[in-house]
Amino acid sequence: MADPLNALVEQALADVNASASLAALDEVRVRYLGKKGLLTEQLKSLGKLSAAERPAAGQRINDAKASIQASLEMHRIRLEQAELEKALAKGAIDVTLPGRGQEPGSLHPVTRTRLRIERIFAQAGFQVASGPEVEDDFHNFEALNIPKNHPARAMHDTFYFADGRLLRTHTSPVQIRSMRAQTPPLAVIAPGRVYRVDSDMTHSPMFHQVEGMAVGENISFANLKAMLHTFVERFFERRLGMRLRPSYFPFTEPSAECDIECVFCSGKGCRVCKQTGWLEILGCGMIHPNVLRAARIDPERWQGYAFGMGIDRLAMLRYGVDDLRLFFENDLQFLKQFP
Amino acid sequence: MKITYSWLKEYVPLAPPATLAQQLTLAGLEVESVSPVAPPFSGVVVGEVIESGRHPDAEKLSLCQVTTDGENRLAIVCGAKNVRAGLKVAVAMVGASLPGDVIIKRAKLRGVESNGMLCSARELGLGSEHDGIMELPAFLKLGENLRTALDLDDVALEVNATPNRGDCMSVFGIARDYAAAQERRYLTAHAFPVAASGTARFPVVLDAPAACPIFASRVIRGVKQGAASPEWLRERLRRVGINSISPIVDVTNYVMMDLGQPMHAYDLARLTDGIHVRQARADERITLLDDKEYTLDPDCLVIADARGAVGLAGIMGGRDTAIGESTRDVLLESAHFAPDAIAGRARRFGLFTDAGQRNERGVDPTLPPIAIERATALLLDIVGGEAGPVQVTRADAAADAPTWVTLRRTRLEKLLGATVPDDEVQGVLCAVSDKVESTPAGWRVRRPPHRFDIAIEEDLIEEVARLRGFDRIGESHAVAPQVAGESTESHVSNDRLLNAMVDRGYREAITYAFVDPVLQQQLFPETPSLRLANPISADLADMRVSLWVGLLQVCRENLRRQQTRVRLFEIGKKFQVGEHAGELREIETLAGIATGSRWPEQWGSPREALDFYDVKADVESVLALTGDVSALRFEADTLSCLRPGRTARIYQGSTAVGWLGELHPQISKAVNMSNAAILFELDIELAFAANPLQFKRISKFPSVRRDLAIVVDENVPLAVLQENVSVSASGLLHELRVFDVYRGPGVESGRKSIALGLILQDSSRTLTDVDADTVVTAVVARLRDELSATIRDQ
Repeated sequence: MADPLNALVEQALADVNASASLAALDEVRVRYLGKKGLLTEQLKSLGKLSAAERPAAGQRINDAKASIQASLEMHRIRLEQAELEKALAKGAIDVTLPGRGQEPGSLHPVTRTRLRIERIFAQAGFQVASGPEVEDDFHNFEALNIPKNHPARAMHDTFYFADGRLLRTHTSPVQIRSMRAQTPPLAVIAPGRVYRVDSDMTHSPMFHQVEGMAVGENISFANLKAMLHTFVERFFERRLGMRLRPSYFPFTEPSAECDIECVFCSGKGCRVCKQTGWLEILGCGMIHPNVLRAARIDPERWQGYAFGMGIDRLAMLRYGVDDLRLFFENDLQFLKQFP
Repeated sequence: MKITYSWLKEYVPLAPPATLAQQLTLAGLEVESVSPVAPPFSGVVVGEVIESGRHPDAEKLSLCQVTTDGENRLAIVCGAKNVRAGLKVAVAMVGASLPGDVIIKRAKLRGVESNGMLCSARELGLGSEHDGIMELPAFLKLGENLRTALDLDDVALEVNATPNRGDCMSVFGIARDYAAAQERRYLTAHAFPVAASGTARFPVVLDAPAACPIFASRVIRGVKQGAASPEWLRERLRRVGINSISPIVDVTNYVMMDLGQPMHAYDLARLTDGIHVRQARADERITLLDDKEYTLDPDCLVIADARGAVGLAGIMGGRDTAIGESTRDVLLESAHFAPDAIAGRARRFGLFTDAGQRNERGVDPTLPPIAIERATALLLDIVGGEAGPVQVTRADAAADAPTWVTLRRTRLEKLLGATVPDDEVQGVLCAVSDKVESTPAGWRVRRPPHRFDIAIEEDLIEEVARLRGFDRIGESHAVAPQVAGESTESHVSNDRLLNAMVDRGYREAITYAFVDPVLQQQLFPETPSLRLANPISADLADMRVSLWVGLLQVCRENLRRQQTRVRLFEIGKKFQVGEHAGELREIETLAGIATGSRWPEQWGSPREALDFYDVKADVESVLALTGDVSALRFEADTLSCLRPGRTARIYQGSTAVGWLGELHPQISKAVNMSNAAILFELDIELAFAANPLQFKRISKFPSVRRDLAIVVDENVPLAVLQENVSVSASGLLHELRVFDVYRGPGVESGRKSIALGLILQDSSRTLTDVDADTVVTAVVARLRDELSATIRDQ
């Protein structure tokens, strides 16, 4: 024969679990545990029992009450959780819609490249210097051992002003200014805009160079080679073959062109390197004694190296840009590729 | 300069072409290209015309009997006029493959079978001549493959000699350098004297002995007229890129290419009295071989006769004394000129000649007599005649003492940072000069006469490094003193400015420093600018006085390319002409331009055009990088290119540091920009000076906020309002916010309502409501008294 109390508890638990809302759940609570609830009625019936039976029966009813309460509590949490989830689900958004706000800007690839070059050399102890873009003949040519009528002047198609001043054709004048302003030992790089009367796919009337130089008592050609090789490997972030090839600049002796293994074909030969496997990237050499003298430095005691490289050219190689003019057209579609 | 492998090989044993190119390049003679002298073809052999008769059915064609083996005959139809019996010819046999995908087949030409083709130079890709078929030298062997017979598998190398190496502007010169680099051998040019067969002489006087110390000359009388240069000479010149002109010109060109000595030939009959080498007279005129008349300066050297200049010395000969078809007697010139006397002159007149290029770099002064002998031998061979004795006229200055250059062992090692064994140094030096002496400290080297680039110790160090190969010098890092660098806070760095602008959504542009004078004038009609004397084009002629000129153009170009929203900035110099002559300031400037919508097109935000205040926020944010904006002011001002009433001059204290404003609508219209553009420009040096930051203690006590809606006249700027609030807030005003500006119903016209949020705070105590109310009362009173302000909604 079924125990009526057990049946009541079973019914209560079933009612709890069947409650679909907090309100329904509360009705269940009142129905069983309220002042006139079914279980409360059971407690009242205890009085009819003998004193000997009463403790055990009371205990059973209390146990039944606790079990119903626990069930109510658990189901309440469950219902609250479900309600919260429902509310949150309603607030869901499309996370794939684009974000709002200002669009990011961009840094010109030439600047990006310049800053990298500056950092690489600054970490080696080079100071960053600058000089005027409108120069005089002395700083741009004479002091650099390029007297008037020198055939090397033909390599520099110069923009002139009526009074004989000119737009600097290279950043080398900063060499002279820096050496005059400081005393050796010194290590300086001078990035900046330079100008030549020239315009085609690989020439722009304005472009950018970095001049670099180090002067000390023992700064040697071997040091120059080491510095340049480290630089190109840091710049391109890979191991790269490098070679120096004898050349001529009036302001250095010996002079060299610096070639690197072609970064597009790894030296195997391609269209960019004209099948040679090498890319010419800069000119360099040991500073000519006449230049040291023009900068009031004693060439018997001091010696040093200098180099000059095209920032635009390095940017072209680094980013695979094949037309120099793109740098100066400032097409937004071009600029936005360089965040 | 172009040379050929075969020609170079006459002087020195060579590695195969590809290796040779690399060897030359690595010794400083950059080889720019290596190209075949003839395009690929096959099946062409040497033949001989046995008979040449008329084609039975075509007036302009000949029917020839040709043999390529001395026995069998081939009937070949030929259209060339110069075909004749006995001629050695290039025969394309049936099956031959010629340039341009031509395959020779047996064919009937006007009914006559032709078994091959007699080739012209053009048909074989050996030049543009199409006057007739090639006339091959008689000594060629019948049946020999033409490629072998004429050495057509030869290659031409384009060699780029640096401006200091005039000595390498000839085949011999390159051979000499190659021999020094590869074999440590010193090559010398030899004279092969041609004895005089006549006695004719022509007087030469050196009036400018320093400029022209040596002048070799020779008269050749009775040269054959109408002779043509032999095929070998024409072909050799063709391969190095020189057109054949006439035997005499070809010979002088040949000797120049071979030895490096520029030469000139005069028609003796057109010279009067004798040669004088002298400086030009002021405004002396001469018509040169290019048929152009030039007015000379006194620093130009001329060759002259009794009537005047007959040539621009060392650069180009004159027209009136040039040899021509009627020339019978020739005067050959082979002179040495001091480079200084020639350099730059050709460029001044826009001339670019082979002779000028060599003479201004320096030609070996021992060459003139050697070259003239060579030229004589060739000329007599080709055009005959009677050669007079070689006349070598020397000025006393020519007897210059030889130059000796010393090289110290220690210096070599120190400069290169590498040790070179003595015997290697000795080996190199002996390949560079024929006079080398040992000294206790190193060596003494006599400058070889052809090396104008060797004057100092470093030049010899370069020779040692170069001829051994730069790759033999190791890489070693410099040992440098450790000195702390700099990192200043007294000025905002350009790097920081770049980042700030980029982060505010601007794209960096780089524009030319020279701009369109017309546009610049339109923007800045009052500002003088520096003009280039030789601009690359008329619209890039003036140095910019503002970065706006270039930015405006770039902005416009981008709008043309269908962009609708443009935000650009640039950091660069502008060029400000001063009041005094020659005064110029290069001002490092940050400038920007913005046009289009405030926000990029996006969902959930209204599409509104950007305005003055949007860009002002950008400008304020970069200026805030100085850490102290207390002295920063924007004052209403006017500038011709900006819209009146929407233009502010920017000040740091009393120093004007820049401008901000809307582009003047008239200019917008003129440059076809439909939307308003906002421009700003800041003088970086002045605008971004900074001081080390000073920490301000943070108050532990809470702040109190009071909001006020103040109604003032339209013409009262916020700056004035702000100043009055702060003066009357008895030092408790921590921050003042403007959260609304309103005009419309509820506010009389001509007035505006400005909603201010006053954030009050004290550093030593908690403010009470009474404190705050006291401040508000004082502020309201002050604004009422000073600015006739009323409080809205009260």
